[in-house]
Amino acid sequence: MFKDIEHLIRLAVVIAIALVAFVILRAAVVPHSFGQYGHYRGAAIGEIASRPVAFAGHDTCEACHTDVVDQKKLGKHVVVACEACHGALAKHADDPGSVQPGKLDTAVVCARCHEANSAKPKGFPQVATADHAGGLACDTCHQPHRPKIETEGKK
Amino acid sequence: MQIPVEGFMYPNEVELQWSVLIVLYPFITGLVAGAFILASLERVFRVEAVKPTYRLALLTALAFMLVAPLPLQLHLGHPERSLEMYLTPHRSSAMAMFGFVYLWYLMAVLLLEIWLDYRHDIVVLSQTERGWKRLVYRVLTLGSSNVSERALRIDERLGYFITLIGIPSAFLLHGYVGFIFGSVKANPWWSSPLMPIVFIFSAMVSGISAVMLLYMFSTRLRRREIDMRCVDTIARYLLYTFIIDFSLEMLDLIHRIYEADESFRSLDFMVHTRLWMSQVIVQILLGTVAPIALLGLTQFLRFSDLARKGIYVLAGCLTMIGIFAMRWNVVIGGQLFSKSFLGYTTYKMSFATREGLLTAIALMILPFVILWVLVKLLPPWPESASLPGSGAAPAHGAS
Ligand code: HEC
Ligand code: HEC
Ligand code: HEC
Ligand code: HEC
Repeated sequence: MFKDIEHLIRLAVVIAIALVAFVILRAAVVPHSFGQYGHYRGAAIGEIASRPVAFAGHDTCEACHTDVVDQKKLGKHVVVACEACHGALAKHADDPGSVQPGKLDTAVVCARCHEANSAKPKGFPQVATADHAGGLACDTCHQPHRPKIETEGKK
Repeated sequence: MQIPVEGFMYPNEVELQWSVLIVLYPFITGLVAGAFILASLERVFRVEAVKPTYRLALLTALAFMLVAPLPLQLHLGHPERSLEMYLTPHRSSAMAMFGFVYLWYLMAVLLLEIWLDYRHDIVVLSQTERGWKRLVYRVLTLGSSNVSERALRIDERLGYFITLIGIPSAFLLHGYVGFIFGSVKANPWWSSPLMPIVFIFSAMVSGISAVMLLYMFSTRLRRREIDMRCVDTIARYLLYTFIIDFSLEMLDLIHRIYEADESFRSLDFMVHTRLWMSQVIVQILLGTVAPIALLGLTQFLRFSDLARKGIYVLAGCLTMIGIFAMRWNVVIGGQLFSKSFLGYTTYKMSFATREGLLTAIALMILPFVILWVLVKLLPPWPESASLPGSGAAPAHGAS
């Protein structure tokens, strides 16, 4: 009876073994917390939350660098947070003595926001940096914290 | 590298994200589905004339199937993660679900059908071959060398049943690729419910002509006579599917022209400028109208065998170019215009990079290498294939 479908039974066994192997593999490699909240690893939330904070926040910087804050208040960059330009500096804020922030390359930092692009709102100040700066660093002319260049003299 | 942009593009539209490899993906998948549908003609609809291509079509489908996901893998930053879609499937992602459609088609349809069809040959070869080849065939027999008449009849019936499932599966496979594009509602060039159907028919067109060409070339290489009844029949089917395919594409076009929605002017401009060459000249005129006219001519006029062969090869090659251009125009064309409908960008193909021209060429050669190995392993030629019950001894014709 079964003699003539023996090869099919063997095939079915092979398929069954493959399926079982897949189920075992899946159980072994899919993290346990997967799907706890959604289509991701539930434990990932805890892991991310436990990572050290990299940004100190505007208020923290202002406590020490009052001079910069005063400058910033006078220009339109008042709306731009310190770490938007200086990068994450929580380590520096915790221990300013030993962790010194690196120098910024204005050609990169300023262009990130001000490079001319027709998709940006018309009112936003933007320049074609290559033409505008002519290779000079932006802060040769602009005071980064108070970028408007007043006619009677800068700084 | 500065990309030439005309008019207004949003910043994220300037550089094309889907490269020439994503053009290959629907092209290759289409060949799989098309070749399989040709094979099922013989099996399910009992078109005896195309029998000489039956096994070749199945092997072609398999060879291209194995390569089909590679362009996608190469496009990914972390190809190894693509396997996670089997482990933690995301049901709302069309692309993730394609993994299952692919697996179903490969495992449940293609491999099974080929195995059942070749089982008799495999058993015979496992007894006549020597060395490592013998081992391969031994493994393929799964340890059962029963080729009694009843066993083969059961295989035949099961194979028929699998082909029955296989046809809708082949439609699903390639319709799904069309769906992936057709369901992108943000892109008016793609978003159309006709997309899956157009993809299926163009897949059949490309698959049928690919198998026709492969059959003609391989027969030539083996210095055998080309079975004219077979190629005549294939060419006729090619013509029919091509006419349906072309009508669907024209339907889509007329619909768009009459509807003339807010995207129309922009797309129309694109077709008249950036896509003029690849869409109007290559895809429509050279790749569709010309082969349809050539194939149509053979239906009305009497040509000698030699002339017909020449016409079929020419029409087949034009068809392949045309279908490739169609995939190109869908994938690349869909990314050349801005969603603002105010600007156009340019696709600059790189050369020796992960998604460059060189990779694309290699990916297009690979299926033929695989096919060559498959043909060596499982000769599809009629003289080596002993039909169930006929008891013909296998010859080593292809080695
Ligand atoms: C606890 C006080 C304190 C806090 C909080 C603090 N800083 Fe500082 N910062 C200092 C001191 C002290 C120096 C060293 C001044 C010096 O050497 O002239 C310094 C130096 C700097 C410098 C380098 C100045 C230079 O001359 O090169 C930068 C830039 C800077 N801080 C940015 C920040 C930013 C941005 C924040 C907020 C994330 C911040 N600081 C928070 C105390 C602080
Ligand atoms: C628009 C970008 C920008 C913002 C916003 C900004 N800075 Fe600066 N800052 C610069 C640049 C550019 C320099 C000069 C290059 C350098 O020292 O790295 C600079 C220099 C400094 C210096 C060095 C001494 C000085 O006064 O020139 C300190 C300290 C400083 N910034 C602190 C701050 C603090 C605190 C804030 C937030 C209240 C802030 N910065 C916000 C761009 C910025
Ligand atoms: C994080 C984004 C950001 C960066 C980085 C940045 N800016 Fe600005 N900048 C702004 C915003 C926001 C304004 C205010 C625009 C407004 O109010 O219309 C502005 C305004 C200006 C203005 C016009 C001021 C005025 O009063 O008209 C100048 C000049 C300027 N920035 C120069 C610079 C220079 C130089 C740098 C590099 C040191 C720089 N910006 C870096 C966001 C940025
Ligand atoms: C040679 C001096 C010089 C350099 C270098 C320079 N600027 Fe200016 N920039 C000016 C002057 C002058 C103005 C006009 C006065 C103003 O609006 O403050 C100006 C204006 C601007 C404005 C305002 C444009 C507007 O439409 O309101 C922006 C933004 C600006 N500069 C960004 C930059 C950036 C970014 C760099 C560095 C890549 C840079 N500048 C380098 C001199 C300079």
